[in-house]
Amino acid sequence: MHELSVTQNMLELVLTEADKAGAARITSIKLVIGELSSVIDESIQLYFDMLSEGTKAAGAHLHFRYIPASLSCSTCGKDFPKSGSDFTCPECGGWARLTGDAKDFYIDSIEVE
Amino acid sequence: MSVTIKMMQKIMRNNNEVAAENRAYFHAHGLKTINVMASPGAGKTSVILGLIELMREKLNVAVIEGDTAGSIDAEKVNAAGIPVVQINSGGRCHLDAQIIREAAEDLQAQTGLLFIENIGNLICPSTFDLGEDVKMVIASVPEGHDKPYKYLAMFEAADIIVLNKIDLKPYIDFDEEAFRTGIAAINTKKAPLFTVSCTTKSGLAELAEYLMTQNQR
Repeated sequence: MHELSVTQNMLELVLTEADKAGAARITSIKLVIGELSSVIDESIQLYFDMLSEGTKAAGAHLHFRYIPASLSCSTCGKDFPKSGSDFTCPECGGWARLTGDAKDFYIDSIEVE
Repeated sequence: MSVTIKMMQKIMRNNNEVAAENRAYFHAHGLKTINVMASPGAGKTSVILGLIELMREKLNVAVIEGDTAGSIDAEKVNAAGIPVVQINSGGRCHLDAQIIREAAEDLQAQTGLLFIENIGNLICPSTFDLGEDVKMVIASVPEGHDKPYKYLAMFEAADIIVLNKIDLKPYIDFDEEAFRTGIAAINTKKAPLFTVSCTTKSGLAELAEYLMTQNQR
């Protein structure tokens, strides 16, 4: 449910960027959501539709790219998906570390005209 | 004509900026802050109260109480004679830096230790920096040993991990080794693990001692 404030934040950032570029309208927004970022795309879409009304971003299409949470072996470096009950590398039995990207949540790019 | 603008901009930036200001504010007031995170019922308030009992003679302690259910927890802290600010958290799932800034202004801050009791939730609180010095994550034996495997971001972020309700271990199928292995793997900070019971008071003195010696740094 924290997506309301998160979406507000996102909208302010893209509107500022569009103004800087002297654009009349934002047509699309590309967002990247990591599995562990605690952000839900459907909620972002819902709040975006409400909040963007009457702004340059109204009607912009939201594209989401997802980054799954994956683990990387601290011994041999192999990447593998998280299982929920085991952090052992299937290759060498070493301990896994979380790769950083799954916590990310950012605006990749926008399209304006 | 359509133009693509590359932004690569983190959306949590606003929160992180306010959190940095909070951190500076707390340090300027000589406050060491501990963000206490756990699932509902893990014993956040009990651990905080248990620690306060052991620490209050030695240093000033204050609490920002963010738990979601009314003011029951704040009243318990207040009854112990400790300065407390209750955040009216309503349906929130986490505390953020802005709320903490407002609460910090309401609190008569004195040099010492400030506990921030976050909302009972092992997911979103891990992604919102409040400006704290220490993230203390509490798990409890009845929740099961798989928590580090399911809530990776939370256990990765922890600076201190507390395993509460250790007195219940004989009655529950809790594999402490699996719990410890999960933490050792995912938590690259090598966060210390304290096993405690707020019922028998076991382990609380060691945790209090650790927090107070960290405080002198």
